Amino acid sequence: MADKNTAAHRFIDALPHARALGMHVETMHDGEVSLSMPYADHLVGDPRTGVVHGGAVSALMDTCCGAAVMTPPKNTGSTATIDLRIEYLRAATPGQTIIAKASCYHVTRSVAFVRATAMDADEDNPVAMATGTFTVEGKA
Amino acid sequence: MSARRPVEPVQVIKQRRDAVLRAMVDGVPYIQFLGIQFERRGDELTAVLPYKEELIGNPLLPALHGGATAAFLEVTAIMTLNWRIIWEDMESGALDGADTDPEMLPRLPKTIDFTVDYLRSGLPRDAYARARINRSGRRYASVHVEGWQDNRARLYAQATGHFLMPTRDK
Repeated sequence: MADKNTAAHRFIDALPHARALGMHVETMHDGEVSLSMPYADHLVGDPRTGVVHGGAVSALMDTCCGAAVMTPPKNTGSTATIDLRIEYLRAATPGQTIIAKASCYHVTRSVAFVRATAMDADEDNPVAMATGTFTVEGKA
Repeated sequence: MSARRPVEPVQVIKQRRDAVLRAMVDGVPYIQFLGIQFERRGDELTAVLPYKEELIGNPLLPALHGGATAAFLEVTAIMTLNWRIIWEDMESGALDGADTDPEMLPRLPKTIDFTVDYLRSGLPRDAYARARINRSGRRYASVHVEGWQDNRARLYAQATGHFLMPTRDK
């Protein structure tokens, strides 16, 4: 388990953009991945409210979905986003860490289908939902 | 009928437009973090995302992070919408470029949903984007964004988003 976690952390650390946004792997197994992104001043999209920019939430969702495609048992060597749709349900509460949970629920020889939810401290009211399709590579 | 306003020198007009644009963009920390700049031709905006290592998502290729691309296109859509809203106030002189306090600018539109279509992997080079407002009503707007790198005709990503318009007169 410790090994797995180290590998997961290395995965995020290898992505400069994920590192720049302060993302951390919470859990990573069985096609399900959870990533956290602590609140930071440079992520703010509306200075008057201090709410995190939707783009930062998109980046977290995209990373989380991509990681879900690459994690065992799907375990594709590499992946790229084909399409990602995000619905912003409400503004994330300023100061709170955002946690995304992605699930890769179907994989064909060439396409992976993923769903994700982003939450802050109020876990009963998601901040955003995402659905995406990703390429499946290195699985020939 | 109101009296015709005196014709302003072109430099005064340009300075006001550029000052308001700068105030609009500089006020958003996340835009500064990504390093996005805006170029203006009249009311047309082009967003520029200068390449930097922090934007990489796949170090092996290397390729830009899909999330960085999504954020770039969303920023372009929101700012283009906001610019349209501000333009009218600015041209009437109601918004003065000289003292562009961010508090004087209208609230930003809110993203309802945003769908990104990744057409090619983003190269480790500068990226550009332009948004087209397909519909902008009192409450909702629908915006399409095109992103490209070396060739204007070869898009690397495009997106469509829906936005909730800010309520006027605070």
